[in-house]
Amino acid sequence: MALQISFWILAVVAVVAALAVVFLRNVFRAAFALIMSFLAIAGLYITLSADFLAVVQILVYVGAISILIILAVMLTRELHQGNPSNNLELPALIVVLLFLAAGVWIVLATNWKVSAVPPVAPTTSALAQALFGGGGFLLAVEISVVLLLAAVIGAIVLVREK
Amino acid sequence: MIGLEHYLILAALLFSIGLYGALVKRNAVIILMCIEIMLNAVNIMLIAFSRFVVPAMLTGQVFAIFVIVVAAAEAAVGLAIIIAIYRNRQLIDISKINLMKW
Repeated sequence: MALQISFWILAVVAVVAALAVVFLRNVFRAAFALIMSFLAIAGLYITLSADFLAVVQILVYVGAISILIILAVMLTRELHQGNPSNNLELPALIVVLLFLAAGVWIVLATNWKVSAVPPVAPTTSALAQALFGGGGFLLAVEISVVLLLAAVIGAIVLVREK
Repeated sequence: MIGLEHYLILAALLFSIGLYGALVKRNAVIILMCIEIMLNAVNIMLIAFSRFVVPAMLTGQVFAIFVIVVAAAEAAVGLAIIIAIYRNRQLIDISKINLMKW
């Protein structure tokens, strides 16, 4: 019951905040709505018993990416221009509604094989086993480290003063 | 009872909102925010599948970690590109940045 109530509250908050990102006129307020949406999604991860990922979501998205976005909003100073749309509003709306209808129809029409096994309770050590244990994702972890290093160096080179 | 379908439909809704914003908005920073919303929707979907279909294996959560890593790298490089363009041309309106248009 508590799970149900928290799911509906978090889902409504996440969707309303995402709509606010798209439709608010002030870019700065849109960035704060985005942070609200990230927090609600972290709560949804907790309702899915993914505790480690909820913390990672708060650390990476709420802590780091939102700071990057707010800094970009402040550095580009387009606040007075607002949040305008291009002239593709109606075609984009039709495409998105068709996509949403197709997605909802597929989800409802498929007979999902839901397992009755209870989820792993603290996921941290189990995730570490899955990532670094035998037959795990060690090579993928190393590649993502190289990707992050390349992204950091690329970002520094791009914004460096000449 | 909250089941797999609830999470999948919520994720589809969030993805659609992000897709609409990414298609329609002209401010490059807003487009990056909408891409982040779409990536979060995909993460919800992966974790919901992991929770309800293979609860003992955590495969979807491992994938979600890699999606978060790529999203962080994408945000850093994307915002750096936007700031570099703004420094050169004093605008971040996507419909006016058309130097590479064929």
